[in-house]
Amino acid sequence: MASATSSTVDPRTGGADVHLPDSARDLVKILVTGPFGVGKTTLIRSVSEIRPLHTEEQLTEASAQVDDLAGVRDKSTTTVAIDFGRISLPGGIVLYLFGTPGQERFRPLWDDVAYGALGALVLVDTRRIDASFDVLGLVEESGLPYAVAFNTFPDSPRHHTAGQLRAALDLEPTTPMVTCDARETDSSLDALLALVQHLIDHHPPENR
Amino acid sequence: MTRRRGGRPLVPAYLSTGGVARPSVTHLERLSVLTGSGEPVPADLPAAHAALLEELEYGSLTVVEAAALLRLPVSAVLVLAADLVDRGLALARAPIPPARRFDPDLLKRVADGLRDLKHR
Repeated sequence: MASATSSTVDPRTGGADVHLPDSARDLVKILVTGPFGVGKTTLIRSVSEIRPLHTEEQLTEASAQVDDLAGVRDKSTTTVAIDFGRISLPGGIVLYLFGTPGQERFRPLWDDVAYGALGALVLVDTRRIDASFDVLGLVEESGLPYAVAFNTFPDSPRHHTAGQLRAALDLEPTTPMVTCDARETDSSLDALLALVQHLIDHHPPENR
Repeated sequence: MTRRRGGRPLVPAYLSTGGVARPSVTHLERLSVLTGSGEPVPADLPAAHAALLEELEYGSLTVVEAAALLRLPVSAVLVLAADLVDRGLALARAPIPPARRFDPDLLKRVADGLRDLKHR
């Protein structure tokens, strides 16, 4: 198979070539999840080597019924966009980041995207902590190990202590909590590192 | 492929697979890696299949990347890809070789790789 040529400009990807490098061998994924507007795509964009792409996912029958209860009439066209990006790492590892909405009604889709994931980074907005309860419930029920990253906004409250946040989110003592600015590459990498270190320390892969 | 530039495809997703709703015996997932086999393309290959094969001309793609490029649901690309594999026109491999999936070293290498990306 011919290797990718940089002369092919693809308007869908901003001119970048998304074909996998020939060295790609081990493809792994991490979910970046949280409520709408919390900064999932921003974080993915800050670290991804490709401009984030997205797929349009159709919600299944089960979730469509929940939509019906919420008063959404046009169920047949209910779709949700899943953004994703990727990072090529040395040794042929390619890490995919999937921005997965955390609402309860997306559960079947969530389970599908989460299949085979290493873990989840749960983004939380401290201005509306209660918006994260659904996603934390989903993550915990899926059994995926996770870390929590508080994405900072200019008007985020600063008076919460770590203990208060842990209590408010009802987190295990071992669940990592980090603060990040999803717009900053290094800050986003630190948040991902907190998760991966947690996986190394508490969830040996041979047990999964 | 009847795709309008910058718009949604004119062919609905459920027609793009020729009415086939389930992937064949080939087991594929979102991150399965698809590669063209280089076999000659039959003249009667359906347009959606041909469009997917065309995306593989310049290298390998995962199912989810192909879905994003083709603006098709992942479920539709799973069907198309399995069909291409069954016809010997594409090859598919698992995201990670089974033996490596539980390699205790893998997470460490992910962490090292992410650390190396900082301050660049």
